[in-house]
Amino acid sequence: MTPDPPAYAPHDVGGLHTGMTFPEAARAALGDSQLRRNLRAATATIRSKRSAVVAEVEDWEELREAGKQIKADAMSRLPELLEQLEEQVTARHGVVHWARDATEANRIVTDLVVATGAREVVKVKSMATQEIGLNEALDAAGIAAYETDLAELIVQLGHDFPSHILVPAIHRNRSEIRDIFLREMPDVDPGLDDEPRVLAMAARRHLRRKFLEARVAISGANFAVAETGTLVVVESEGNGRMCLTLPETLITVMGIEKVLPQWTDLEVFLQLLPRSSTGERMNPYTSMWTGVTPGDGPQAFHLVLLDNGRSATLADERGREVLHCIRCSACLNVCPVYERTGGHAYGSVYPGPIGAVLTPQLTGIATSPTLPYASTLCGACYEVCPVKIDIPSVLVHLRARHVEEQRREHQMPTAEAIAMAATAWAMEQPRRWARVQRFSRLGRLLSRRGRITRLPPPLSAWTSSRDLPAPPEQTFREWWAETHPGDPN
Amino acid sequence: MSARQVVLERIRQALAADPPTPTDQGVARTYRTKGRHEPGATALLDLLEERTLDYRAAFLRATPELLATQIAAALADGLARAQDGGGHVIPRILVPPGLDRQWVSEADGEIVADDATLTPATLDTMHAVVTACALAIAETGTIVLDGSSDQGRRMATLIPDLHICVVHGRQVVGTVPEALARLDASRPMTFISGPSATSDIELDRVEGVHGPRQLIVVLLTGVP
Ligand code: SF4
Repeated sequence: MTPDPPAYAPHDVGGLHTGMTFPEAARAALGDSQLRRNLRAATATIRSKRSAVVAEVEDWEELREAGKQIKADAMSRLPELLEQLEEQVTARHGVVHWARDATEANRIVTDLVVATGAREVVKVKSMATQEIGLNEALDAAGIAAYETDLAELIVQLGHDFPSHILVPAIHRNRSEIRDIFLREMPDVDPGLDDEPRVLAMAARRHLRRKFLEARVAISGANFAVAETGTLVVVESEGNGRMCLTLPETLITVMGIEKVLPQWTDLEVFLQLLPRSSTGERMNPYTSMWTGVTPGDGPQAFHLVLLDNGRSATLADERGREVLHCIRCSACLNVCPVYERTGGHAYGSVYPGPIGAVLTPQLTGIATSPTLPYASTLCGACYEVCPVKIDIPSVLVHLRARHVEEQRREHQMPTAEAIAMAATAWAMEQPRRWARVQRFSRLGRLLSRRGRITRLPPPLSAWTSSRDLPAPPEQTFREWWAETHPGDPN
Repeated sequence: MSARQVVLERIRQALAADPPTPTDQGVARTYRTKGRHEPGATALLDLLEERTLDYRAAFLRATPELLATQIAAALADGLARAQDGGGHVIPRILVPPGLDRQWVSEADGEIVADDATLTPATLDTMHAVVTACALAIAETGTIVLDGSSDQGRRMATLIPDLHICVVHGRQVVGTVPEALARLDASRPMTFISGPSATSDIELDRVEGVHGPRQLIVVLLTGVP
């Protein structure tokens, strides 16, 4: 049997494409100083919280290493683990569905909802359902989907796009949020002020009845344990618990890469995830369930296993480690490019460094060709990643792959392609890269009077609209430390 | 071919084209699988207290003789604090079917046992819920409920706005791995670390969104 061409995520459905290239979208974002202020304040807060709670874990590096190995092991025997998961869930009266891509997953979920007769569903924040554009698909079938996570609610009510994995409304400050609530919540107190506590209470009142009356809920999953069939959702507000326990029917959409081999693997990830994402020792609520429990929670449970470009990603031995991602968003919060451009610039529901390496692999590089260049290769993302994904190396690898694909297509390398291939060569080996950095001071070479005024194309498209401060001497890391005093990242 | 066969076949081909390096030795679990202290050690009880308070949950200690009195006091205090508790109604206090009724024998209010027929709307009329737990994790300030009869079904500890949870000293373990080793994966579980909270507005933590806005952990020691 000859191998089929890689099965990428479809172009015309879901949230992997907003249609703009990174340079175009970044240029728009760089003109928005409110957005940059909101982002800088929020990411600085989370960075310091994260480093404080990570520092107190004496075996943090051992946990990261175990996390990486567990994920690599899971990927290497994914078919058998998925079959085992299916068997366990089925044995506990859950129903497992398989979806080749976003279109198929949307159809499965829509049919399931229609079959219950419900006209509305409540949703727990889930990257997978954003990726497939489920809300739009449900809407087309006349089913209203209510996002219940506070940040998702802000995004939904603001007719906006998410810009961060964990805090989709990170680009909004409190007064913008108050304005959205005043405009969009029919029963809200017109004297609403912009205290976060007051805004959170307004969301509680707004959603309470929806929760109590909902018949169908849709969730994602942070983890699924093949050995036991247990699904895990990690959250803070209790909206997850509401969705996972009150309705009669629960539909969970999960990327196939979320499966873990055994129950004990959770002991690693339940330590890595909360500290990396919200900077807490533990998030307020973690729910675990295995199929259906008589008398407790939904009595109908459906699990939709989603490919949508994941098997294509798995085919690239250098690129597949991005499937280890546990969506903690730590890499976004330390990324200097993300801090300036915000999440929308990445044109995908997966923004930031992880988005730059995940989206092009799910869609095929030809569809998202500028994303692998949306980085300064400073390495901060790798250092904070709880499962040690070497994002800079994957970026460079994808650039080289893009060059290679272009060359095959045009039979001739472009100037940009040659430059990028050279960088790729230098970065193949960490030691080589260190030398290049040390001797060339890449940023320095391009700077005029201490500002980087141009980066090489295609990044030039956004440096031309806003000067970046140049690394004063040596490396980016030192500049970061200097401009972010008291921030250990 | 079914979608199932297609997806599995795609994965097999992806792995076959570029096989991963096998991890013969298995995963290196060189992290701590045990803390320094045995479950129930004084140091762990103190740590649990510190970590619980960090989440702005309340924490109090009780002995068997004083437990009922202290739960009654905690209920009165928590209900007085509740924003929409309504000062004049008789508080309705939910208990799971297998809870030791002696624990709530001094509570001022109507005790309602959850027989699993109460609807979410009825549960929404409850002012507080009192439960036991499966165990607690000192390092992370976490209590774990596993749906046993003294903890009840999941929605019972979710809808009432005040949750009082009694932890036996011997149920307190140090680390997350020690906790998972003692839990049964097939049960529906909720890990609770402080009251409901959100960081969605400017990444500033605010307690109290959809889950109980008040959590009171009662540590019970001195049980023979
Ligand atoms: S790549 Fe690593 S740091 Fe970034 S979101 Fe994924 S797990 Fe977190």
